[in-house]
Amino acid sequence: MDWKPAATLDTLRARAALLQRIREFFAGRGVLEVETPLLCSTGVTDPSIEPLVVERGESLGAARYLQTSPEYAMKRLLAAGSGPVFQVARAFRDGEAGVRHNPEFTLLEWYRPGFDHHDLMREVAQLLSVCLGELPVEYCSYRALFIDELGLDPFTAGLQALEARARETLDVGALKGDRDLWLDLLMSHLLEPRLAARGMCFVYDYPPSQAALARIGQVDGVAVGHRFEVYVRGLELANGYWELADPAEQRQRFSAENRRRREHGMTERPLDEALLAALSAGLPDCAGVALGLDRLLMLVTGVGDIREVLAFDWERS
Amino acid sequence: MANYSTNEFRAGLKVMLDGEPCSILDNEFVKPGKGQAFNRVKLRNLNTGRVWERTFKSGESLEGADVMDRTMEYLYTDGEFWFFMEPDTFEQYQADAKAVGDAHLWLKEQEKCEVTLYNGSPLSVAPPNFVELEIVETDPGLKGDTAQGGSKPAKLSTGAVVKVPLFLSEGEIIRVDTRTGEYQGRASKS
Repeated sequence: MDWKPAATLDTLRARAALLQRIREFFAGRGVLEVETPLLCSTGVTDPSIEPLVVERGESLGAARYLQTSPEYAMKRLLAAGSGPVFQVARAFRDGEAGVRHNPEFTLLEWYRPGFDHHDLMREVAQLLSVCLGELPVEYCSYRALFIDELGLDPFTAGLQALEARARETLDVGALKGDRDLWLDLLMSHLLEPRLAARGMCFVYDYPPSQAALARIGQVDGVAVGHRFEVYVRGLELANGYWELADPAEQRQRFSAENRRRREHGMTERPLDEALLAALSAGLPDCAGVALGLDRLLMLVTGVGDIREVLAFDWERS
Repeated sequence: MANYSTNEFRAGLKVMLDGEPCSILDNEFVKPGKGQAFNRVKLRNLNTGRVWERTFKSGESLEGADVMDRTMEYLYTDGEFWFFMEPDTFEQYQADAKAVGDAHLWLKEQEKCEVTLYNGSPLSVAPPNFVELEIVETDPGLKGDTAQGGSKPAKLSTGAVVKVPLFLSEGEIIRVDTRTGEYQGRASKS
């Protein structure tokens, strides 16, 4: 029986030191540490995220979902007047395992009332330089990245042009999909590897179809989702939004995701009415971000496999 | 054959891709923070030996290939086919030149090797990593030249030609790494 940890004791000490540094960073800025439930009554509607479900137990009236992120509960705290909050939380995503994914992982998530996504990107850069030392920092819009690196405008290029660009370089067999599938493929297979040569790179203002929970605004005459991602040496580390606060639009987006689930033969999910009620009561204007803490520790310790930074990875837990 | 989903792809799994039997070398799960998950898979085409890199949508599946690796004893060749025997069942298999490939340079009678069967017929043959073979042809050995670094070609009983130190002569048995074709040393007399 292989009972021993996957990570070295030095790595576990580095994890403890990283957590301490993060807590000091937020304490110094007056951001409150909070905890919210891991088991939630509703699961996310996002068709590309599958929660794990807990189905049996005397305390359970109905099945509960292990959280895929603490986002909804934290937004309820914000609507209740918490002010800026952060959380170090376990999150779970079914079927996500590999050298950069473990189905159970740790997120550092925080929310900043009064910030937009540009303010929050700067704060993420400050936290990362505290953890990783000084790195060159770049801010690049999603649109500019595609135009500079691939010669394609991701907001106007047709499905066929995106597919043709992907097939030029990649063997994808009979792969079929919508524009977003091809954009995701180009981003993850062609652009991410190019970001490996850069230090810290923020990519922001995504196509509205990929806005997720970010508000949509107009930039240079096109609608963009005010979402950002940060890559450090090509490793995707965090995803943030200038948060959507409009309850009606949030309900529409949930319903649209459920429609996509139905089209793909997946079960629809009941909406998180508690979140929608909190938005109706009023979510302060804020930006929020979720950062993969295990991946940050990979960068701190210089390892390439997430299993090496977990005391017990999925196969050993 | 069973179907395997991308999350079951492991190194060594044999699957059919575009009608060709393949062995999976590597399976990388790729997922942007939000959006579609992919599996970037490296496979070796077992017919051609070519390495393929194919991206799948996560959750897609491939049919398993009826491919098995068996340890067999090499018997002999009649010039056209090479004959192998499964030691437990004494069942014999004949492999053609395409299946045997460069392995013929290292096949010694009664030696065990790995034969890959596809739909019951040999698809490829892998010799042991190290074999001991006799030198049948080389320039005369130079006595007392053991310290010098020079080398010369030597033809082995199987027809393979390897570089050996100058002091070796015909009739001697040497140990060779079949993966690199490099001389490893004189075989200990048994």
